Amino acid sequence: MANKQFDNHLGIAGWLGGGRWGIERYLYILHRLTGLGILSFFLLHIFASSVRMAGPESWNAAMAILKNPIFKLGEFFVFVAFAFHALNGLRLIFIELGLAVGKAEEPIFPYKSSVNTQRPLMLIVMVLCAILILAGGYNTFFGSH
Amino acid sequence: MEKGTNITVFIRRYDPEKDTAPRQQQYTLEVVRGMTVLDGLHMIKQTQDPTINFRFSCRMGVCGSCGMMINGVPGLSCNTQILDVTTTALTLAPLPNFNLIKDLVADLVPMFGVVRGLQTYIQRSDVEEMENPTMEYYQTPHQLEEFLQFTYCIKCGSCMAACPTMATDREYLGPAPLAQAYRYNIDSRDDAGDARRDLVAGSHGIFGCHYAGECSNVCPKGVDPARAIQLMKKDLVLRYFGLAKHKCAHVHKKPDKASYKPKIEAPPFTV
Amino acid sequence: MKETAYWTWFIIAGIVILVFAGLHMVVMHLSMLGVFNPEGGAVTDWGNVAFRSQNQFLAFTYIILLGAALYHGFYGLRTIVFELGPKKSFQDGFTVLLWIVGFILFGIGTYSAIAAKALETAL
Repeated sequence: MANKQFDNHLGIAGWLGGGRWGIERYLYILHRLTGLGILSFFLLHIFASSVRMAGPESWNAAMAILKNPIFKLGEFFVFVAFAFHALNGLRLIFIELGLAVGKAEEPIFPYKSSVNTQRPLMLIVMVLCAILILAGGYNTFFGSH
Repeated sequence: MEKGTNITVFIRRYDPEKDTAPRQQQYTLEVVRGMTVLDGLHMIKQTQDPTINFRFSCRMGVCGSCGMMINGVPGLSCNTQILDVTTTALTLAPLPNFNLIKDLVADLVPMFGVVRGLQTYIQRSDVEEMENPTMEYYQTPHQLEEFLQFTYCIKCGSCMAACPTMATDREYLGPAPLAQAYRYNIDSRDDAGDARRDLVAGSHGIFGCHYAGECSNVCPKGVDPARAIQLMKKDLVLRYFGLAKHKCAHVHKKPDKASYKPKIEAPPFTV
Repeated sequence: MKETAYWTWFIIAGIVILVFAGLHMVVMHLSMLGVFNPEGGAVTDWGNVAFRSQNQFLAFTYIILLGAALYHGFYGLRTIVFELGPKKSFQDGFTVLLWIVGFILFGIGTYSAIAAKALETAL
């Protein structure tokens, strides 16, 4: 009797889901990606902003390099990532401390779950995120620099 | 006789004796209104291919045997109407994040082991009362409602298939066992919360949940394991700060004129 | 209890970052509001940078933000790496590595914040 079970785990592809999944699944993926993005930026940022302790000449030299448009764009992406990660994180804090999931209730078909309960919060968070991204984008590309 | 709809059915096949990896096989099926996925599988097995394997038992959504991926979403084949899902193509695959035994049959035994390992039964510090009960435990309907939703779990494994953490982390406890641990922790008749909390809050435990919410989206019984898990996190944090109180249900006072029937001894084990 | 403690402080760090990095974003990326940018012009002009480096409140909050962000970020990284299923020995080693690297980076950042503040006072 062959007992060769096949390992049917999805692996990292399982993090991405695919297709017919709820919007919260995609927020989870984005939260991971923005978190890793911000962390990578932050580790470089510690060293970049430390240059200011060397005085104005060193600082201005460093800023001259960073005036390049590619860095400006990158900075905007970091801002977008932060806005999303922070607001979605706030939503997750409410959820994971049990404040936005509702109380246990007898399931009556069609079932409504905690996902339905937290939907209003999710929509508010996404709208705020969109507003912040627009404000940040205006500031980056049309503001005084 | 109602005219049926002809659809194509793709079934993931895997024979451990012949295949190294799963492959897909195609069938056609005439579907009439009211036909469930399980009905369709029976029809294919009876009329086209007797070698396909699938698990089922009650065929009415209470046993949890027939969990599988139906057009990319985990669910029960016995309570999913084919025409609700598609009128053209139906794709069936075994539940992911479990080992695959054959065709559409996934190995759920490890999940049952995890559920058992979390001590999912009522325990009280008053062992004498537990073993030789004198009266009922007092529980209000309000206290019942706090855990009733999570008792509806039929251990079908759909939530485990939908969970992104289960996809990579083989040691992650999973939504179903965690929801069951919460069901017993919050049950006012139970006293063993501390032991379960240590098991649940360990590495690869509850903090592997990041609320993707898919477990609750796919649960065929409305158990909402995501809710149970977040409520349990709240409980753990309150306990960390020493702010939680758990009042264990007391035993009713024995009426004065009551007498007990003799205790019935359990029959000896046969194996 | 250890994982509960790690996670609880991770959440608290998240709230700290929300407040202080939120303020930092308002200063740097919503600069039309003119918060902590007394000289006008670009937020990264030396005058503005010097002002913020010298400011008592900001120097203090930069250090708190640094600690919270390092803790929060490294806990998140640890969670993602652990979900890929490494062995227990790797888990323990990786946790220790993150603590060490975290403290080193915290030291570097705190030193630069204090040095920058002292620099302005000396001028």
